[in-house]
Amino acid sequence: MSIQESLQKRILVIDGAMGTMIQRHKLTEEDYRGERFANWHCDVKGNNDLLCITQPSIITGIHLQYLEAGADIIETNTFSSTSIAMADYDMQELAYELNVAAAKCVRDAIQQYQSKHPNSTEKYIAGSIGPLNKTLSLSPDVNNPGYRAVTFDEVVIAYTEQIKGLVDGGVDVILIETIFDTLNAKAAIFATKEFFRKNQIPELPIMISGTITDASGRTLSGQTLEAFYTSIEHAKPLSVGLNCALGAQEMRSHIEELSQIATCYTSAYPNAGLPNAMGQYDEAPHQTAHFIEEWAKNQFVNIVGGCCGTTPEHIKHMADNVRHITPRPLPIVAPTI
Amino acid sequence: MIHIKPYLRLAGLEPLVIRPETNFVNVGERTNVTGSKKFARLIKENKYEEALSVARQQVENGAQIIDVNMDDALLEGVKAMTTFLNLLQSEPDIARIPIMIDSSKFEIIEAGLKCVQGKCIVNSISMKEGEEKFIEQAHICKAYGAAVIVMAFDEKGQADTKDRKIEICERAYKILVHQVGFAPQDIIFDPNIFAVATGIEEHNNYAVDFIEATRVIKQKMPLAKVSGGVSNVSFSFRGNDAVREAIHAVFLYHAIKAGMDMGIVNAGQLEVYDQIEPRLRQLCEDVILNQNNDNNQATEALIQYADEVKAKGQDGGKAAEDNSTKMAWRNKSVEERLAHSLINGITDFIDADTEEARLKYNEPLEVIEGPLMAGMNQVGDLFGSGKMFLPQVVKSARVMKKSVAVLTPFIEAEKERKKLASINPNGPSAGPAKILLATVKGDVHDIGKNIVGVVLGCNGYEIIDLGVMVPADKILAEAEKHQVDIIGLSGLITPSLDEMVHIAKEMKRRGMHIPLMIGGATTSRMHTAVKIAPEYENGVIHVLDASRSVTVAGSLLNKDQRAPFLKELEEGYTQLKSDFDNKKTVKQSTPYKEAVKNKVAIDWTHFEAPTPQFLGNKEIIIEDLSVLVDYIDWKPFFIAWELHGNFPAILTDEKVGEVASKLYKDATNLLNTIVQEKWLTAKGAVGFWPANANEDDVTLMNGDQKMELHFLRQQAKKAAGQPNFSLADFICPASENKKDYLGAFAVTIHGIEKHIKAFEANLDDYNKIILQALADRLAEAFAEYLHAKTRKEYWGYAKDESLTNEDLISENYIGIRPAPGYPACPDHTEKYTLFELLDAEKHTGITLTESLAMYPASSVCGWYFANPQSQYFGLGKIQQDQVEDYAKRKQKPIEYITRWLQPVIE
Repeated sequence: MSIQESLQKRILVIDGAMGTMIQRHKLTEEDYRGERFANWHCDVKGNNDLLCITQPSIITGIHLQYLEAGADIIETNTFSSTSIAMADYDMQELAYELNVAAAKCVRDAIQQYQSKHPNSTEKYIAGSIGPLNKTLSLSPDVNNPGYRAVTFDEVVIAYTEQIKGLVDGGVDVILIETIFDTLNAKAAIFATKEFFRKNQIPELPIMISGTITDASGRTLSGQTLEAFYTSIEHAKPLSVGLNCALGAQEMRSHIEELSQIATCYTSAYPNAGLPNAMGQYDEAPHQTAHFIEEWAKNQFVNIVGGCCGTTPEHIKHMADNVRHITPRPLPIVAPTI
Repeated sequence: MIHIKPYLRLAGLEPLVIRPETNFVNVGERTNVTGSKKFARLIKENKYEEALSVARQQVENGAQIIDVNMDDALLEGVKAMTTFLNLLQSEPDIARIPIMIDSSKFEIIEAGLKCVQGKCIVNSISMKEGEEKFIEQAHICKAYGAAVIVMAFDEKGQADTKDRKIEICERAYKILVHQVGFAPQDIIFDPNIFAVATGIEEHNNYAVDFIEATRVIKQKMPLAKVSGGVSNVSFSFRGNDAVREAIHAVFLYHAIKAGMDMGIVNAGQLEVYDQIEPRLRQLCEDVILNQNNDNNQATEALIQYADEVKAKGQDGGKAAEDNSTKMAWRNKSVEERLAHSLINGITDFIDADTEEARLKYNEPLEVIEGPLMAGMNQVGDLFGSGKMFLPQVVKSARVMKKSVAVLTPFIEAEKERKKLASINPNGPSAGPAKILLATVKGDVHDIGKNIVGVVLGCNGYEIIDLGVMVPADKILAEAEKHQVDIIGLSGLITPSLDEMVHIAKEMKRRGMHIPLMIGGATTSRMHTAVKIAPEYENGVIHVLDASRSVTVAGSLLNKDQRAPFLKELEEGYTQLKSDFDNKKTVKQSTPYKEAVKNKVAIDWTHFEAPTPQFLGNKEIIIEDLSVLVDYIDWKPFFIAWELHGNFPAILTDEKVGEVASKLYKDATNLLNTIVQEKWLTAKGAVGFWPANANEDDVTLMNGDQKMELHFLRQQAKKAAGQPNFSLADFICPASENKKDYLGAFAVTIHGIEKHIKAFEANLDDYNKIILQALADRLAEAFAEYLHAKTRKEYWGYAKDESLTNEDLISENYIGIRPAPGYPACPDHTEKYTLFELLDAEKHTGITLTESLAMYPASSVCGWYFANPQSQYFGLGKIQQDQVEDYAKRKQKPIEYITRWLQPVIE
């Protein structure tokens, strides 16, 4: 069953945080390096995406936990798997390989899950494309507001390589997420569309998820939610939604607005509340799930899940709470003004 | 269930949704280098931060979208667009609204799209270059998520009628929606707003065409939008903002009712329809809706009204004024009336007003020194500040001359009276500074010199114009006799440069002290610095154009400014000269013998020369010049008037469009008279001869007589695979034992003198210069016409060719017609052979001066090469080895060759 068909029938659940789960393993520099990068010339601890190559069983295991919790969509562990972001570890050459490896981790997890649960519903792999550590609309130099650390073309090249890895690795959906600069997202959309057009491959669906950073109700690059939606609408996405930065409580009004204006499906995967004084997320699974359930009942959302601080327990609560709720129907686009 | 409407949705930092109830959307036009002088200057000076303030102002004034355009030849468009838009993103108060990325170059558009996170509008794409390109560009716009403006422009051209506008828009719509997958609401049509009330009858219905096309487009394609550049419609009234704003308001009133959604406007300047003074509103209605407009009636009425508003000054323009003030300026003081006539070039009242002033003042001379000079000073100021243009200044000069003519008899009488009374109370009057102008010996071209004379005359100088072909002796003797303050020399052909050097040397020899101004098409700052200035130490100044001559003369004649001005100039020239000297040594050249080997590689194996209809020469006389009119290339005509730009775009240019249109109208009127009343005759000769090349010589058979043509070959070091061109390469070599031919032509326009004299007698420099410039254009048109006839008929090697005038101007034909003395064959002396072959003097009446200029001045001659591989090129510099070889081939002393080829010898 295609993801479009599933979305017509039910609310789909996307998985929760990857970083939070990796932290539980308390990995050392050596663990990150594995055998292959034992002699790498700089530290790689913290390069979570690298674990798809060096510790694939850990990553596959995390995916499996989310599947067991009831997630329908599993994100690849590729948030930073671009040549631009990997440059922090001097691993730009690995970008393609990381994406292929990450997709394999999800595939393996799904296979293991399905062999245990032969009658389970369909599971989908979302190829995660993160926002990059360099941004196209903002200058890193306050004294030179016209300066840009990277160009649109460079970003397109980096994303194209990532997309190729994800597609070759066998993902079902391209997920452009945690967008705090819409221009980076537009470059990702451009790269995706051109990748499929130029290679004459049928287009995979695109999911888009932006980030409202604070109480201003705007993205980091200054757009209001509606402006953001208008600026990415041309992607003709499968879904548009919000993730990260806010807890469900703070996200509610925005996801409500989005549900009114988006002609496609909507998604929301908030953090487990706002971080506490120690920088930790302490919203309990049932609390988060409670908010999400309310959104589902109000038909704000088609896809729900968790971002920073959420765990398989959070996802399990959500999945249980939304399972029988009718999903938000797609709005009717009038043929005339 | 949620219903979502297919509105056009745009975004900056904030969204802009265009709903049916949304009022007209204002697109700010000032962040456009082609439209805003200030913005252009700031960008050119790299003052981007300040340029942002122009954008901010637009937003503050209510622009809902801003149009950004960086199309300027002097700008790197991609870089300028990128820099500006990146900066703009950091200004939330501006970046809040969507951006319209405006360029005629798609690469600039794409660069802009890469900078903006919001949903932009691309302005514009069209089917001008065919469907394929249109589709590709639309795909790209779509991939960036932009809405697009589609101009009603297709392979056949820009749509001007209602039907064409609709037809093109519908076709584009179908392609975009069905082939590209564009959302219909993201399509915005620009069905072209053109200027009305231009005085040209065909333009009168342009606004109606736009409005009616809009109505149909919106009916047929209700999701699409309609936009347009509103200020175009009122181009004819440039400089009169009050009237322009009223026209815009009336136009928009009707266009919006018909469905126009948005438009590019000056957001700070929109008049409210209801608040327009009723009479003005009615006049605008007539012009916009083309009603009550038989014989341009409505146009004339609005023009008249506009003049009144202008006369009152801009401030009064907005306030309503009633009918009785139609000729308000006529009620003002005589001084003001004189100034008005001068500034507006009106001759109707000048005789009476001058007489009135003469009676008012004690002495007739005071009228000149008082009100007339005051008026001309205003003209000079307006010209200097770019508010008036050359054609207008020349008209002002005509008014001035007429006024002075009224006064002259009285001034003479006054002089006589004083002489008789033997009283000279004030001593000899210093009088205005005198400037002597002349076209140098051997050169016959004087349009530029005449314009300089008029402009300087307008600025209060007394001009002594010695005419054309003036020998050095005469120039210098006259200068001494009249005690002039400046000498100005003009020349168009290259040998004139040497004559100017000669005059500079003579000035030094005679111990003269006055400065020397150098001007004309062939002159340059570099040549002046390197060759002329070193010969005379009391100031040699190259003057680029007539406008520049005023400030130069001003600086030279001001006691305080002169020394520093000359010093600065000298430093500049010294620098230029040393740059030149240094540069010279690094240029690489090829020995002549090697250059000959690196000729154009033409495979002659299968060559078969097309045979001309006749051999020898033939006379062509055209009495009905109407056949030439279509061949006229107008661009150089406008350049002669210092109006630079492409034709016909220049007629609607934001800056000079109004002036250019008037000039064009006057010129076409005069041209009609010339054609209808057969003022001028076109005489020409054309001929063809069997020819074969032998290295750089070409041997012709003129009957039984063998004649030799001598060509020169490029000697610059070429990249691998690039030949060293010589025209001889395009003729089949004798060694191939095959027939080939070469042609030649000479054309001229006769009969101008009589009419020039008539204009001069009528003190009408304006029409005199138009006539001269037209004669030049007609000669060029004749050459174009004859060349076409040669290709299709006389030589017949391109019988099926069908080229537009634009194709001809861009030289898209097969074969070439290079002229002796010009870049491919700079040796003027080959004209002797050409004239002999053509019997040109007999057939055309053209004579050659000692500098080998052709007289009449409006003449053109050249060679015809038919080979499809023949092409125009510039010879560049040649080396001494070629000079020696050339001298041998031509059987002339090296000194003779060196003198004629001076400009091209390294």
